[in-house]
Amino acid sequence: MASHGIEIKDLYKVFGPNGAKCVEMVKNGMSKAELNEKHGHVLGLKDINISMPAGQIQVVMGLSGSGKSTLIRHINRLIDPTAGAVLYEDVDVCQMSKAELLEFRRHKTAMVFQKFALLPHRTVMHNTVYGLEIQGVDKAEAKKRAQRWIERVGLDGFEDHYPNQLSGGMQQRVGLARALTNDADILLMDEAFSALDPLIRTDMQSVLLDIQQELKKTIVFITHDLDEALRLGDRIAILRDGEVIQQGTGQEIVLNPADGYIADFIKEVNRGRVISVATIMSDTPLEEATKVEVHPDDRLETAAHAMAEQEETRANVRDKSGNLVGSLLLKDTISAMVTAATH
Amino acid sequence: MSRTDLRDFKRGFDDAFRGFTREYGESIENFFNPLLQFLVWFEKLLISTPWPLMIIIISVLVWAGSRSWVLVVGTVFSLLFIGYLGMWEDTMYTLALVSVATLVCIIIGIPFGILMSKSDRTQAVVTPVLDIMQTIPSFVYLIPILLLLGIGKVPGLIAVCIYAIPPIVRLTNLGIRLVDKDVLEAADAFGASPRQKLWTVQMPLALPNIFAGVNQTIMMALAMVVVAALIGVRGLGMEVLRAVNNQYITLGFMNGMAIVAIAIVFDRVSQKFGKRLQKHTEVIHG
Ligand SMILES: Nc1ncnc2c1ncn2[C@@H]1O[C@H](COP(=O)(O)OP(=O)(O)O)[C@@H](O)[C@H]1O
Ligand SMILES: [Mg+2]
Repeated sequence: MASHGIEIKDLYKVFGPNGAKCVEMVKNGMSKAELNEKHGHVLGLKDINISMPAGQIQVVMGLSGSGKSTLIRHINRLIDPTAGAVLYEDVDVCQMSKAELLEFRRHKTAMVFQKFALLPHRTVMHNTVYGLEIQGVDKAEAKKRAQRWIERVGLDGFEDHYPNQLSGGMQQRVGLARALTNDADILLMDEAFSALDPLIRTDMQSVLLDIQQELKKTIVFITHDLDEALRLGDRIAILRDGEVIQQGTGQEIVLNPADGYIADFIKEVNRGRVISVATIMSDTPLEEATKVEVHPDDRLETAAHAMAEQEETRANVRDKSGNLVGSLLLKDTISAMVTAATH
Repeated sequence: MSRTDLRDFKRGFDDAFRGFTREYGESIENFFNPLLQFLVWFEKLLISTPWPLMIIIISVLVWAGSRSWVLVVGTVFSLLFIGYLGMWEDTMYTLALVSVATLVCIIIGIPFGILMSKSDRTQAVVTPVLDIMQTIPSFVYLIPILLLLGIGKVPGLIAVCIYAIPPIVRLTNLGIRLVDKDVLEAADAFGASPRQKLWTVQMPLALPNIFAGVNQTIMMALAMVVVAALIGVRGLGMEVLRAVNNQYITLGFMNGMAIVAIAIVFDRVSQKFGKRLQKHTEVIHG
């Protein structure tokens, strides 16, 4: 299945009875606090423009209350926008009729929730077939398809358990299996792993990355955790008070934080896991021999590890097609891993 | 309003109602005829079934509902005792009335509860009506029912239903409103239509509450048995009434205890069944 990107254009959301009128005021520069004080309306999202890449993971990051959940709920229109458009395959989700919207939700999207939102009265299997049941897929066929994903997320043998018999991590595996069984192009994940213990969270991230390798879905992943954002996100957008304050790849954000707020955010980041070899390598391959060769897309941590292992202080960089494209010094690698950004 | 005005008003209203009764009484009776046929058929069924078979059937039902041997044994003993004391037939009449009344309450009450849960305005209108139905002395609405339908099974059944239906409406409404918003949102996200949401999420999750409503409805229907006897419904209530009229203490107690026995069995079975329904719907994280 070919994936498609999601285009979010000039999106505004103002909560309250007179949202449409307030959008004008916000466009004329009224702040969230002022809007709340003077008009009793809550500014949820302001002028959002994000082009979410097809077949990749778009992370939306921000602190609690920054509007992440509001944003992701516009993509399947669980929340109606006050102004703006959400385009998928050149169709504006915000203009769809009720019937079109149901079809869109059934066949194009699937969602995973922070609090799992499983159906407590249904077993793992019956939760997993839920999307297909809503679509009207034949029972036996639905079970067959669900079984595949139940196994894939590691819930083999738990088909007849009820959610309240499972741990949080396992419940979210059910949530993931339920979403994947829907076989939809868009996967929406609202802080899907935030409620889980750190070890289990890392585990689930691996499961997701592994599955994404194979499926190449258009995933929108919400998180408030920078490490998670950097690990999963092909692209990251950072929200604050309902506004996008920076977007780009993880590396772009870590190397060039847009302002002090983001600089603060990334201070503690393990830069070696974010910055790629291509960013700091020199263009000239080495004259002398070295046992270590790395890839331009490798992260610095991997490169440093490879050099240390071989007790070398330099490495050649060879790209996918096998050409030598540059070289890397251990000294530069380490200094790039430890220096903070100049902000 | 002056005294004469008030008197004229009362008289005028009463006359108007009597006129209405003369005009439409028969068509209203015809309207309720299928219900009467059903009740009569069910009474005959219960009474003509040989008592040992009846005890077996009831025991199976009690077991299916409660999974409790203690309750099954208790039920069998109560039934044997009732038969031994010559109250079998009256008990069957009462059982038939309460079962049919409960059925009517469920069939009417649950859809009403669903409607009520869908709109705050409906809830605002229906709630005081339910309050009135529950608190108004039943003799008050017996009068128009009697005028319309005379003495008999159907007016008795209607009186019982008016009194017994509020809990099931209320608890259906409440149960649906209490359904976890997150789960509802998940159903929305997967593209469930309002009807699909009702049947796959709201009703199943409201079921324990709805069941609590059914339980209360049954109890209230039983409480109305004696009042129903006043307008000619046969059964244990009628015997209690006879005992009151003739000051037969023992007869009164025996029939009263039979009603209590039925009530306890109904109550325990429906409660245990409700608990079983609830088992998996409690959300526990971690
Ligand atoms: N239905 C609503 N009515 C009013 N304000 C809301 C509503 N939903 C969210 N908000 C407000 O919008 C802002 C963003 O909320 P949310 O999207 O849930 O943030 P996040 O998911 O990033 O924690 C918050 O200030 C929140 O109070
Ligand atoms: Mg949120």
